[in-house]
Amino acid sequence: MQATSDTKPEGLSPPASTRLNEDGLRRDGRLERLALFGLSSPALILILVILVIPVGWLFYVSFVGADGSFSLENYERMINRKSYRRIFYTTFQVSFLTTGLCVLIGYPLAYFLSQLPDRLANIGLITVLLPFWTSLLVRTYAWLVLLQKQGLVNNWAISLGLWDEPIKMVHNMTGTLIGMVHIMLPFLILPVYGSMRAINRDLMKAASNLGAPPRRAFWDVFFPLTMPGLSAGALMVFILCLGFFVTPAVLGGGKVIMVSMKIVSNIELFVNWGAASALGVVLLVLTMIILWVASRFLKLESLAGGGHG
Amino acid sequence: MTRTATLTLTATLLASTALADEVTIASWGGSYQEAQSKALFEPAAEATGVTVKQETYGGMSDVRLQVSTGQVTLDIVASGSGSAARAGAEGLLEELDYDVIDVSTFYPTLKSTYCVGGDVFSTVYAWNTDTFGADGPQSWADFWDVEKFPGSRAYRGSVAGALEPALMADGVPPEEVYEVLASEDGIERAIDKIRELKPHIDVFWTSGAQHAQLMKDGEVDMTTGWNGRFDNAAKDGAAVTYSFNQALLDYDCFAIPKGAPNKDVAMAFLAEISKPEYQDDLPKYITYGPTNKAAYDTGEISAETAAMLPSSPENAALQLPVSLEWYAEWETVAAEMYQEMLTE
Repeated sequence: MQATSDTKPEGLSPPASTRLNEDGLRRDGRLERLALFGLSSPALILILVILVIPVGWLFYVSFVGADGSFSLENYERMINRKSYRRIFYTTFQVSFLTTGLCVLIGYPLAYFLSQLPDRLANIGLITVLLPFWTSLLVRTYAWLVLLQKQGLVNNWAISLGLWDEPIKMVHNMTGTLIGMVHIMLPFLILPVYGSMRAINRDLMKAASNLGAPPRRAFWDVFFPLTMPGLSAGALMVFILCLGFFVTPAVLGGGKVIMVSMKIVSNIELFVNWGAASALGVVLLVLTMIILWVASRFLKLESLAGGGHG
Repeated sequence: MTRTATLTLTATLLASTALADEVTIASWGGSYQEAQSKALFEPAAEATGVTVKQETYGGMSDVRLQVSTGQVTLDIVASGSGSAARAGAEGLLEELDYDVIDVSTFYPTLKSTYCVGGDVFSTVYAWNTDTFGADGPQSWADFWDVEKFPGSRAYRGSVAGALEPALMADGVPPEEVYEVLASEDGIERAIDKIRELKPHIDVFWTSGAQHAQLMKDGEVDMTTGWNGRFDNAAKDGAAVTYSFNQALLDYDCFAIPKGAPNKDVAMAFLAEISKPEYQDDLPKYITYGPTNKAAYDTGEISAETAAMLPSSPENAALQLPVSLEWYAEWETVAAEMYQEMLTE
């Protein structure tokens, strides 16, 4: 510190009296920063231990080949085999579709809940959260029982005469999406509902007072104010979808193969961890690129609950 | 819980005479491990005074994790013969001491340096008897014939046991299957045959419990799978049966992970459960055959039961024994090529 101020051109230096003061201030500042750093160091160390080191290790392992030396073989394999590209494509396709469906179903539902009186809204929210009380595996298998060829839905529909032949609703992309949307919906509804409840209702009255028809008042006033909650919810759903394993494995019928499933099969198949780690690294990097692109359009701070910054 | 308590009690009672030894055994769970437990582990524990702790595990990748971190907790693992062969080659398993384990009356092919056979099973084609009656498909060519046997199929989601049937359906005689498969062209030929059937394959199954459930629920009309699971499903009332003709004869085996904490006890315990007097009880709980031929001579296995077992001489003659050498050399390559087909 001292050294840099010594090399400053003489003409730009402040008068001697303020410089004395400045040293003191700087010392104080440094102490304060040290104290802050000291106080936050347990958290920093924790993050280092549970996040930075394992991810770093993942990167390192992904460059280790079957014979234990540095190698790009794990990445070359991904380029040479078309199946890897298709698996990444499926992963992002499922994640995008699930997120889109969650927005289409969850947003109107959250809007409905937000317009209810408090007591009813609370009951509604509890029903939204209810599925969390059941294990994910049970909910996934429940869909299998409902949707399969001789499942409840097909049997009822056929006996009611809605359709004649069993419809294939599971062991394919449709089943995967139904199961995933069901599991992800609360993650979208909760933040959206939160941001809707925070909107001052007088704003809508003001809008109609100024001559906006309901539709316009909604799109120009209400909707933009729910954007932080919506983008937070949608991003959360999207990111959770990327790493999903159980639901596509059970409901996809072995034909909807996502990255997480390929990671498992690579661990079984290859002698080295690198074959699986490289998949993790690529998924991480692709996700970060998407987040970076998203951050240029959306306020990502809202993910942390900041909201109206 | 009661089981553990009984075993502990037995062990405690015997502790005065024998050493209070213990082994931890990991297997695949479900009706399979239950059968192993009732026929092999529990009676052997009682006879030897060894305390047996049972776990389920995720296969050789768990063993690899334990061995590579030096935290080995498992003494004995049940494994498919192919994955045990690969794990052995990788250095994850202890060599078995066949001076301790008596395999003189074993089928010679049902043991290896690292793994001693525990039961014989078959990968068969099974069909829904409501759809096709008792006279379902009688060969892999029939399994592929969607004109003669219209209906949905399920097929294995990984490459093990998936390519041999395809080649037989393509007209390759069973004895030449592994010869043809010993090149990427041969593997591609088999995969092309599966591509041909793929529009009729509704589900690619990943576990024995799954293919049994698919048949029970009538979700598919025909599937490949492991014979014992179908017998158990039929026992539960499912309309399912299967044929041994052109099936793949394979075996499960027991191995000891490298650095197992109770290696010597484990070796002695393997010697115990390999004896015919234990092996002859296994078919009572699941239709998997003994690997020890002498088990057929104890009188415990009736002629009627024997006729249902994959390893009975008549049934074995109909089948293609799985080649461990082929899997050791080609499985990784074939699995990647299979994945191409699955993701198309």
